[in-house]
Amino acid sequence: MSKSRAFIPLLAFLALAGLFYFVLMKMGKGEYNPRDIPTEFIGRPAPSIDLPNLLDENDRVKSSDYAGKVWLVNVWGTWCPECWKEHEYLMHLSRQGVPILGIDWRDEKADAIDFLKQKGNPFVEVGFDPNSDAAIDWGVYGAPETFLIDAEGIVREKHAGALYPQVWQEKFAKYFHAQKPTE
Amino acid sequence: MIPEIGHFALVLALVLALIQSFFPLVGAQKGIASWVAIAKPVARLQLVFTALSFAFLTWSFLQSDFSVLYVATNSNTSLPTLYKVSGVWGAHEGSLLFWALTLSVWTTAVTLFGRSIPPIMMARVLGILGLLSVGFLMFMLFTSNPFDRLMPPPMEGKDLNPLLQDPGLALHPPLLYMGYVGFAIPFAFAIAAMLGGRLDAAWARWSRPWTQVAWVSLTLGIALGSWWAYYELGWGGWWFWDPVENASFMPWLAGTALMHSLAVTEKRGAFKAWTVLLAIFAFSLSLLGMFLVRSGVLTSVHAFASDPARGMFILMFLVTVVGGSLALYAVRASKVRSYVRFDLVSKESALLLNNVILVVACAAVLLGTLYPLLLDALNLGKISVGPPYFNAVFIPLTAPLVVLMGIGAMARWKRDSLENLWPKVRVSLVASVVFGVLYPIVVMQRFDWLAAVGMVLAFWVLFTTLKATKDQARGRGLGGLSLSHWGMVFGHIGIAFFIVGITLTSVYSTEKDLRLEVGESYEMGGYAFTFNGSTHLQGPNYSGDRGEVVITQNGEQITVLHPEKRNYRSGMPMTEAGIDAGLTRDLFVALGEPLGTEGAWSLRLYHKPYVRWIWLGALIMSLGGLLSAADKRYRVRARRTVAEKSPVGATV
Repeated sequence: MSKSRAFIPLLAFLALAGLFYFVLMKMGKGEYNPRDIPTEFIGRPAPSIDLPNLLDENDRVKSSDYAGKVWLVNVWGTWCPECWKEHEYLMHLSRQGVPILGIDWRDEKADAIDFLKQKGNPFVEVGFDPNSDAAIDWGVYGAPETFLIDAEGIVREKHAGALYPQVWQEKFAKYFHAQKPTE
Repeated sequence: MIPEIGHFALVLALVLALIQSFFPLVGAQKGIASWVAIAKPVARLQLVFTALSFAFLTWSFLQSDFSVLYVATNSNTSLPTLYKVSGVWGAHEGSLLFWALTLSVWTTAVTLFGRSIPPIMMARVLGILGLLSVGFLMFMLFTSNPFDRLMPPPMEGKDLNPLLQDPGLALHPPLLYMGYVGFAIPFAFAIAAMLGGRLDAAWARWSRPWTQVAWVSLTLGIALGSWWAYYELGWGGWWFWDPVENASFMPWLAGTALMHSLAVTEKRGAFKAWTVLLAIFAFSLSLLGMFLVRSGVLTSVHAFASDPARGMFILMFLVTVVGGSLALYAVRASKVRSYVRFDLVSKESALLLNNVILVVACAAVLLGTLYPLLLDALNLGKISVGPPYFNAVFIPLTAPLVVLMGIGAMARWKRDSLENLWPKVRVSLVASVVFGVLYPIVVMQRFDWLAAVGMVLAFWVLFTTLKATKDQARGRGLGGLSLSHWGMVFGHIGIAFFIVGITLTSVYSTEKDLRLEVGESYEMGGYAFTFNGSTHLQGPNYSGDRGEVVITQNGEQITVLHPEKRNYRSGMPMTEAGIDAGLTRDLFVALGEPLGTEGAWSLRLYHKPYVRWIWLGALIMSLGGLLSAADKRYRVRARRTVAEKSPVGATV
């Protein structure tokens, strides 16, 4: 074996380790969190949504219908495994009466309808957003992302990544205590 | 007091691990016999203290001592005893202790079974394993001490993640860890051989049985996890290409390549440098998996609480272990010359190609797992690489591997020819095409190309393996075959079963989501599913609903299933599917949502042909691994080496 070839695995590994170091440093400084990216929209009025309704071609999903309520926007797609994982918990929340507006992002219409039929529909309404119209307005990085909008129409919280009970308790639950008992 | 003793035992274990690595390694290099001699006793003593520490943590769990932070966050008084015990390794700190314990157990096993190994080699192997122990123990003591106190202690602990409250999952992590840590043994042998400057067949022979046992643990661990996902998540799926699943699959692929490569190195003295590299890869990928899961750089259901400080420690450990060993490899491997020649058509070539495919497949999984991280870190956007990528890359890669399995088993070492091979495989080839095409038509009663291809491959493996066995047994009978040959037979037939399972399940499964009123029936796959309503359910730490579904075929009752929907105290909803398992089909019922006030529910019904064969295949493969590891060849040669053993001074 030639001398230089024997060094290839080492060099490849060092490059990989360099990437990990870079990521960890960014995480350590708080510049990067794979689970959560701060959004500029927190504390600002929610961008308006006007999308075709996934389940009803003649209807449109509008954010103005939610004025005066505390509600969630959940960005999802059938192509995203994390969305599958959080789905059961979203069902649980919707049974508790939490209103969730879904944005089906960069997805195939038939797949999305199938998914909701098979696994249940936790959303009050689902806007279909194949061209990222709403997603760009909301500054969405990836799916799933969940936003909380208060009764004044201000974005209060955002979570990137699947929604689990712990995250719910830490960030979202407090906004609903005033309205209704969770659990 | 008990937690403090446990903590202290851990500190002593660290001191012993330092001694276990320093003196034997230096002693072996400098030829100091007394330093070499302490390797074994110190390694065993280290096990005693690590085990004590583990026992004390387990004790704290059983006593529900919530003044220990780790116990308070992972256990509570209403938890059944089994899950109190499995809670010990259910989260980050305790699972690290389990890693350290497993490593100690493996190390001690090497001191007990490796009597034939020359003392210098043994000292180096134990020294390297000691260094690994130092890494794990320091990681635990500096960043993740499981014995940290919580003052004042809470009255009651948190709930253990309900996903983990399942007998299958209580065993899944320990088996996986045994596999990961087990790959440290061939790794240590490979490094020791490089340190000694002698990359001959000996190290390969010594590490083969250990590699096989580690591989068996990993196989069983992965299969158990997949089986659990199937019945617990209620999606009817068995593999999701989740980053953490991939983290266990990559060492498995590298380990599979290593097992085959070790065989070539041991028997023919070929691929010496390559085998060393694979031994480094298999263990490095285990460590990499640990880094990915515990540093929080990837998002996954499996993720432990993330902490960049821990991530940094594992990264340093990773760089030391992997970087160090690859640097040693770069220096030493360039001097290794394989003088062994083999022809293009030979068992060696088949095995080399097998290795290349497995490594490429492994690299593809690594790329798919890290690609989102890379993009994300460079601010190029967040993406999710899912099953479409992996299926598109993996299936075309592995199909040729399966074809090769048949040829490899049949081909001769060193030199073979197509003229010689053709008559041997001719019958198998025709038979597998005929049976493979007929099976979907006759048995499944619906032809499908994908099913036919899968079945042809499965029959091909079966027939060629049987034929190779028949040829081997000529003149000495089946009883004359070595256990190691039987290992190959079971390993490969396990793969055939596995292929049948995935092919027929993915092609012929039917599923239906529907609303059923109480008393209403639905017919699917020749079975009638009748929903008899649901009742309220109260468990020790959850409440929920329990449905009843009666399944009949041609008017005869087959079974009654009770799917459950549980809400755990922690607020996590869980689905417990009702499954009627069978060799040729599973009937699977999961509760969806309650609908209306009349007791109607949405239900998910699955008819899954041959899904059991996926796990049955894994079991058969594992049996193969065990048979091979038990081959008496390792012991016979071992005894011969004892007789030839030279005094310590002479080998240095």
